[in-house]
Amino acid sequence: MTAITFETVPTGRIGPSQALRNGMTLAWRNIIQLKHSPEKLMDVTLMPIVFLLMFLYVFGGVVAGSTHAYLQQLLPGLVAQMGMFASMGLGTSLCEDIRKGVFDRFRSLPIARSAPLIGAVVGDTVRFCVTMVMLVAFGSLLGFRFHTSPLSVLAAFGLAYAFYLAVCWVSALVGLIAPTPETVQGLAFIWTMPLTFGSSVLLANTQTMPGWLQAWVKVNPVTHLADSVRALTIGGPIGNHAWYTLAWAAGIVLVSFPIAVWMYGRKV
Amino acid sequence: MEHVIRAEGLKKRFGETQALAGVDILARSGTVLGVLGPNGAGKTTAVRMLATLIKPDEGHAEVCGYDVVKDAAQVRRLISLTGQYASVDEELTGVENLVMIARLVGHSRAESKRRAHELLDRFELSDAAGRAAKTYSGGMRRRLDLAAGLVNDPQVIYLDEPTTGLDPRARNAVWDTVRGLVTEGATVLLTTQHLDEAEALADQIVVFDRGRVVADGTAEELKEKIGGQTLAVRAMDRARTPEVAEVVARVTGRRPEVHEDTGLVTAPLDDPATLTVVVRGLDEAGVVASELTLRRPSLDEVFLSLTGHHAEEPEGQEK
Repeated sequence: MTAITFETVPTGRIGPSQALRNGMTLAWRNIIQLKHSPEKLMDVTLMPIVFLLMFLYVFGGVVAGSTHAYLQQLLPGLVAQMGMFASMGLGTSLCEDIRKGVFDRFRSLPIARSAPLIGAVVGDTVRFCVTMVMLVAFGSLLGFRFHTSPLSVLAAFGLAYAFYLAVCWVSALVGLIAPTPETVQGLAFIWTMPLTFGSSVLLANTQTMPGWLQAWVKVNPVTHLADSVRALTIGGPIGNHAWYTLAWAAGIVLVSFPIAVWMYGRKV
Repeated sequence: MEHVIRAEGLKKRFGETQALAGVDILARSGTVLGVLGPNGAGKTTAVRMLATLIKPDEGHAEVCGYDVVKDAAQVRRLISLTGQYASVDEELTGVENLVMIARLVGHSRAESKRRAHELLDRFELSDAAGRAAKTYSGGMRRRLDLAAGLVNDPQVIYLDEPTTGLDPRARNAVWDTVRGLVTEGATVLLTTQHLDEAEALADQIVVFDRGRVVADGTAEELKEKIGGQTLAVRAMDRARTPEVAEVVARVTGRRPEVHEDTGLVTAPLDDPATLTVVVRGLDEAGVVASELTLRRPSLDEVFLSLTGHHAEEPEGQEK
């Protein structure tokens, strides 16, 4: 038996800073992909327009007496809802990615296990930005105006983004569990509907709801987010809504991030 | 002798399918090890195991002395994997694909660009550098895939059926690349379904069947096990097939296999020189042959002789 003469290789520990660097490289990849096929942004571009028009003119009169009054309340709510919808695309694209050979390559490289997931989530920031810009731009066209300081408007979108990043991990998890991209879409629909509609997003009258639904609307993190954004953009008391939102976001990340990385690691 | 790849008793089960049923693999430094076998033989499973993508149920494997399970991160610094299906990002351009890998393995932005262009140049892809990989032909895609595998200067290179689906020219280009890699000192493990490919490239061949190694050795050693060459004759007039069979039987001294539907008569032939005797025999019998060939045994014939069953009986899907 001869002595091992292979050159020694640095040890395997991959620290958080490398994970982040790898993640950023892969986020860059996702953004380049969007640059090459901008049609992938069509959903997040058009959704705010469709939702604004539909809800405003269908429910405006009933809920708030006038469409103008409703718009001020609705748009901050839609900030929360559109963020949720924008995060749905992540699961689908992740599921597609895993089925392609390129993820095998990533997994055979000396990079952090979490990097492809971090890259997907960070890269999806583009989708969030596009949908928010469209929402505010089109809303302004219809007559929406911010009534608070720029700083608190910024805080509103910062909060929405923090929650978006958290929900992206749930979306990633669904993308890792579902067998096909089509299933991801079906599942995404099912879990985002009760969250976004069973909330204060549309200013629904909770008085006429059954008790269990009232309770749900009350604890629903999307309610907290929508109410926070509302207070931060058009004024009014914010109460503890922002803290609840942040706590929910942290909780969601703490649970779904490790599970997602673990699921990804054992994906063949 | 220094073994870069050393695997012992690898086993893996996927549900009902025993993909690997105890496989040993040894590859010497600076050589090409050919893993030959039909679909479903367990080749891809073995490669994915050696590339740290899946863990063995039993057995263990080392690459350059590092355990593929315990020291997976170190192993990943030494290897590169080029999959059966080109593992490049279709949406990205050629240069973006390579820059991405270079950045991932820790090179600076400038160095990544330099490497990307150098590799594109080497694989004659410079003209297509700025085009999305999805617009590439099969051969170009495979070359880009190979290039992507070389970004991190791997010492051990796994090529999983690198020429499947390529035309002969593209295939030859891949072969040249593999030879070049070995000249530069890399160790290559290559899986293939084709005996000629294993023969052209591999220093050592292991033959897989149903998750087991059924034979190993050099190409020459394997062929000797199987016997020389195969003679195939077909009469212009199908009615005279029995006469052809008779001539072949007399010359080769073996009972030939007669394929009823095609009229093809085949028999193993140990001495190629006896081909002329067959021609003379047919001439004397007044039989005109529409086909008369001497060929290497096909993979199917190799399998038949090594395993007693045909190669095209895949047992479950490989994953």
